[in-house]
Amino acid sequence: MNPFEYRRPANVAEAIGWLREDPDAKLLAGGQSLLAAMKLRFAAPTLLIDLQGLPELTALEERGNELWIGAMCSHAKVAASPIVQRAAPMLAKLANGIGDQQVRNRGTMGGSISNADPAACWPTGLLALGATVVTDRREIIADDFFGGLFTTALEPDEIVCGAHFPKTAQACYLKFEQAASRFALTGVAVARLGKDVRVAITGLGSGVCRWAFAEQALSKNFSPDAIEGQQPDASLASGDIHASADYRVHLAGVLTRRAVQQIIEPGNRS
Amino acid sequence: MTVIPITLHVNGKVREAGVEPSTLLVNFLREGLSLTGTHVGCDTAQCGACTVLVDGAATKSCNVLVAQVNGSKVTTIEGLTAGDGALHPMQQAFGKHHGLQCGYCTPGMVMRGVAMAAEGVAAEPEAVRCALSGNLCRCTGYFGIVNAVCEGLQQMRDGATT
Repeated sequence: MNPFEYRRPANVAEAIGWLREDPDAKLLAGGQSLLAAMKLRFAAPTLLIDLQGLPELTALEERGNELWIGAMCSHAKVAASPIVQRAAPMLAKLANGIGDQQVRNRGTMGGSISNADPAACWPTGLLALGATVVTDRREIIADDFFGGLFTTALEPDEIVCGAHFPKTAQACYLKFEQAASRFALTGVAVARLGKDVRVAITGLGSGVCRWAFAEQALSKNFSPDAIEGQQPDASLASGDIHASADYRVHLAGVLTRRAVQQIIEPGNRS
Repeated sequence: MTVIPITLHVNGKVREAGVEPSTLLVNFLREGLSLTGTHVGCDTAQCGACTVLVDGAATKSCNVLVAQVNGSKVTTIEGLTAGDGALHPMQQAFGKHHGLQCGYCTPGMVMRGVAMAAEGVAAEPEAVRCALSGNLCRCTGYFGIVNAVCEGLQQMRDGATT
């Protein structure tokens, strides 16, 4: 790693001040992606601002009709939370499938969505549930937050405080794991929110996206049959050494049908 | 370069030091404290050979800065053995089930196994294999390791020692 300074702010406002002073500063959440990127010199910040322990970022609770997950909640904390398991069980399962236990103990929801890795799990959870990201200065709906490959709507000096999610058991996230990294080769989250159905896909190559065709078909007929034989347009996907674009969109179709089936019959893990 | 003062509770002892911000926990343990039982396998947070406990939670020490865990309790493989030299039940189980060959991944496997007790992982092969997914072995083929962790968990729960 290139040399850098390390500081812990007393609050979010102090962290923002440091970001403004040093354009090459970076926020450190769990560090499970950032430290690896720094070892490879993909990132070389001059200052790491460690957000751990800030009370504004660590709450996990029900707020009225919604579930609030603070940015610095670890995947392990979300996975083990009885509140999440009851209010939005899909998110507990999603968090429990990220990386391995050691990674889940340190990696955070806020770090994952701010990094916006094109194969990350959390972005599908936010996008499918229509979550709202809350920053130090505004609220951003998930559809506006994610902007493609490692890209978000965040300003350079903006900090994610957390996100609120609708409570629902009518949602399912499934991923086909890349065997070594356990990132999603392709992952699909399906959510049924009243009459609306939302389908979010990760791993296709250029960041999380929705699958409009499946959403429309499933809104009329919430059954795997409604999208039998369908898959997203392969031009949306890119291939690499792990999988071709065609294989990724094929997986997206299969996983979407399976997720729908699991929402209809939660006990049946076909 | 700034030197950061840190205080860690490592295997029950208070250790104070000044470190450069880029110092990884594993390097501090190995080079700063000469606790070389914690190994560096891949240095990319995939193999798990560097697994230690930070406040009881399994952590890949190659992927965390020592500054991030300032003030924490850290337990390494050296901290498992009792004062009289008796091996921890998880270590005994690895011996009994031949859960190692070259031994390089073993400290990480043992620490991961110990952490599973607090996580409530069932002492049966499927649950243990799933919970061990962050630890790689390149020689034994996992059969002995899985059996060892199952027995070690059972022994810990039966309260042989902790």
